[in-house]
Amino acid sequence: MNDRALSRVVGLHLAVIAVLFVAQFVLPPYDHTNVARIMVLAVYALGYNVLLGYTGLMSLGHAMFFAAGMYGAGLPVYYFGFGAPAALATGILCGIAVAAVFGLMALRTSGVSFLIVSLMFAQAFYLASLYFNEITLGDQGLILSGKLAPLDFGGAQVGFHEPVLKYNGALLLFAVSLLGTLALRLSPIGRVLIAIRENEERTRLLGYDSFRYKLLSLVVSGALASAAGAGYALLFSYVGSTFASILFSIYPLLWSLLGGIGTILGPLVGTAFMFYLVDVASGLTSAYLLVVGVALVVLVLWFPRGLLGTVRAKWLPWLP
Amino acid sequence: MAAVSALLETKALCKHFGGLTAVHDVNLSVAPGEIRALIGPNGAGKTTLVGMICGRLAPSSGRIVYGGEDITATPPWKRLKRGIVYTFQVTSIFKGLSCYENVALPAQRKLMRGFAARIALSESAVATRVQAALESVGLADEAKKQADQLAYGHQRLLELAMALAAEPQLLILDEPTQGLAEAEIAQLCALVRTIAQRATVLLIEHNMDVVLSLASRVTVMDAGVIIGEGTPSEIARDPVVQKAYLGR
Repeated sequence: MNDRALSRVVGLHLAVIAVLFVAQFVLPPYDHTNVARIMVLAVYALGYNVLLGYTGLMSLGHAMFFAAGMYGAGLPVYYFGFGAPAALATGILCGIAVAAVFGLMALRTSGVSFLIVSLMFAQAFYLASLYFNEITLGDQGLILSGKLAPLDFGGAQVGFHEPVLKYNGALLLFAVSLLGTLALRLSPIGRVLIAIRENEERTRLLGYDSFRYKLLSLVVSGALASAAGAGYALLFSYVGSTFASILFSIYPLLWSLLGGIGTILGPLVGTAFMFYLVDVASGLTSAYLLVVGVALVVLVLWFPRGLLGTVRAKWLPWLP
Repeated sequence: MAAVSALLETKALCKHFGGLTAVHDVNLSVAPGEIRALIGPNGAGKTTLVGMICGRLAPSSGRIVYGGEDITATPPWKRLKRGIVYTFQVTSIFKGLSCYENVALPAQRKLMRGFAARIALSESAVATRVQAALESVGLADEAKKQADQLAYGHQRLLELAMALAAEPQLLILDEPTQGLAEAEIAQLCALVRTIAQRATVLLIEHNMDVVLSLASRVTVMDAGVIIGEGTPSEIARDPVVQKAYLGR
């Protein structure tokens, strides 16, 4: 990629971040909270997309990484009074550890077997979070409000109930994740990951130890998912087993598919689209899941590459 | 020829697939700088043999020695680092990626030394190598084209460009002329001669004209064993070879 193409790509992603920053001053309060939530969940989808979109491994166990981040951040806050930065760090470290251990075992498989193995590991993790309900309080969960010390900005104390902190905390997490993912995609490693997605055996014979690259991809994916889980726990003050359930493994898959797997911005688009689809549909009817289902079928039938995947195929071939 | 000077040696190499013996007790010795042709009827075990040399298949027994070192248990990605590069019999390119990206993958391999170079690499250094590899096979103008949009003959050439970008010391070509037109075959032969100035070439080939014009030595396989070896003219005269392979 030459310098002009590179600056166009980087410029686009910075512009998206800038738009999200400005949006907080114009959004009504209801959407203000929604967009903050979408940005945190989009980090989750970004991580999922690194594994599926850029390495070609489909997982049904990502809730395990999300929940590892959530518990890794939430439990130290609840029981040991950790501050937000330290809790975010422990959350991400938990996610990385879980992803590395899981990867060393599960990456011996691929394709459908990997899918099933990831699902089983995640179910075991979910059941463990219920089993240890004396600590986790199971699906009733833990409320972090009041436990988490406000952040200090040069003397000004900002509590986690303040919308301004929710929004900008989510934005910071999202911006770092988005640019990090983009950098990975454009790096030599990104090129190897895509080659593995396209043809793993060929990649091995061109000099790359595909197992190590897949493990790296899984750990990055798990780190992002756990960062999202930790961010969610801290910004929205709740930690519960629901987030470890199978449904939360399916969500990032849907968000990525909707937005376009293998596009950097696809996960954000997909997450926002799905979030507001559920939001609007549930305002109209109690059968909102039916509306969502129909919308998904339409997308899969006519936009199998997802929204941004279609845009890339038709108009913007340079989109990473 | 003294065995110590060989670039590649296989020692009593065997490969069984279940009850089927694909390669039996093969001792092959390739000297540096030669173009060695490997011929034999379909099912003779040629592709299985080179598959073990490049690391795609694990031998059932026997040893492979390369540059004086035993590489029998070396994984394929490390063999490429040592200079063993294989091009597939059935064209194996990244069909969904551009020609540039196809060649960039092997081209960046040697540049990825150390942590920093894995994170960020001078794309111009990669581009120079890609350009050189594409030019040497005559595909420089197709760099941006998606690989599956190329004509079949050009896909074969792209595969060769990928191999060249990996800077081979031993280049294994598995039926490179398969499916090519006459003019393309002539072009490919000229290219292989150029490559052979820098690298050793192990060539599996059915086209006898190509073998006779390119090879410095020829090894003939049938039913998993080596049945003859010599210069092209010796091989063309050998009655055992003629019976098994040329059918005359």
